[in-house]
Amino acid sequence: MRSTTTYAKGLRGLALATTATIGIALVLVFFYAPLDANQGFVQKIFYVHVPLAIVSLCGFVFGGLLAIGYLRTGDRRWDMRSYVAIHMALIFGVGGLITGSIWAKASWGHWWVWNEPTLVSFLIVLLLFATYQPLRFSIEDPERQARYASVFAIVAGAFVPLNYIAVQLATSYVHPRVLTLGGANLPASMGVTFLVAQIGFVLLYITLWKYEMAAKNNRSQVRRLRRTLLGEDSGRPLGRSAAPS
Amino acid sequence: MRTALIVLRKDLRLELRTLETVPAMVLFSLVTFVIFHFGLNQNTISGQLAAGVLTATLLFAAMLGVNRLFVAEREQGGFDAFLLAPVDRSAMLLAKATALFLFLAALEVVAVPAFGLFLLGPSLGPALPGLIVVLALADLALAVIGTLVSAIAVHTRARDLIGPMIGLPLLIPALIATARATGPLLAAQHAASAPPGRWLLILALYDVVFALLAYAVFDFLLED
Repeated sequence: MRSTTTYAKGLRGLALATTATIGIALVLVFFYAPLDANQGFVQKIFYVHVPLAIVSLCGFVFGGLLAIGYLRTGDRRWDMRSYVAIHMALIFGVGGLITGSIWAKASWGHWWVWNEPTLVSFLIVLLLFATYQPLRFSIEDPERQARYASVFAIVAGAFVPLNYIAVQLATSYVHPRVLTLGGANLPASMGVTFLVAQIGFVLLYITLWKYEMAAKNNRSQVRRLRRTLLGEDSGRPLGRSAAPS
Repeated sequence: MRTALIVLRKDLRLELRTLETVPAMVLFSLVTFVIFHFGLNQNTISGQLAAGVLTATLLFAAMLGVNRLFVAEREQGGFDAFLLAPVDRSAMLLAKATALFLFLAALEVVAVPAFGLFLLGPSLGPALPGLIVVLALADLALAVIGTLVSAIAVHTRARDLIGPMIGLPLLIPALIATARATGPLLAAQHAASAPPGRWLLILALYDVVFALLAYAVFDFLLED
């Protein structure tokens, strides 16, 4: 019973905070941040696209870090955490790719631009992590599934920055260098709006992660209860699953 | 170290007696050159295009070797025997990566001259020293990542699918660096004599990072 409350605890507050932050971000995007001189209204997608992509990449690395927890302790809950982190990051990543594509079409005239290192490296990372679920799915033994998936998550998590460097060096820049290591290259009003939007999406990710963890936890507890009440054979999931159980 | 040497010797002897992997990789790359000749509809190619064709062919040929790497261990119970033996498990990584590296080197001894003969416009000779350096670094990346991916894939149901599926995206940065480093060497005019140092550096960095990473996680792939 205890573990269920851990994930569900604070979920309501977190959800409210997320809604409020994203609400404020939207208000700022549409009423406070100035129109971009060159791109006009289309540039507003920046406040969705960039946070989505950043959260997604951080989510992949987060999944890799959680997987280290599994390999160190052998506790299956770490595997579950890593799985949910990568699963959510994948969803965010697809969102980031689609919004990025829309932005590219609107401002450069093409749906896909190869000489844009951020976009290309993001695609490669997404292609790699897209194999996470098929990998899990094709291993039947749950303990081995968790172990191999953790190894994959760690290697792929380390791959994220490496890949970014390699692709960055291979291409010339056309993307606006909005966020460089030297600091944000934005007017202050846009910077504030972006920051609020970024916080909003980080909160959204955390909320969804906790929500999914609570749901998965509840499901496995219900299954365990059914098994004790109705015998060994009941409550077993039908078929195999990529998700840890 | 001794364990690794013993496993490596076993792998090489197995390959010499059965001739299962390397000849298949060689034949595959020769056929791929023919396919590229018709696909591109060109008699000779040079520069970045040639580099891309060579890199892609070697990469896909390497995938054949990656798929075969642990099959004997799995089917003949080699894994169990290795786990029962009181030896360091990293020896398996070292042995298998070296074996794959040697397979790739053997493949390239045939495939690169064949590429020069069939497709390459400018003569291969001046490019050869630089090409050997680039390919050695690329083979290292292929060997390390290939061994890691193969060890993951061999215990899955769809192992022939999972191997390339995980391996190819992981190898893309190495592929970029290899192709970019090879391009200037194979240029039709003003061919560079040395590959660009920046790409060699990236390849070397990639090799080192993934070698360390593979060393750190490999033990977990051999448990139970």
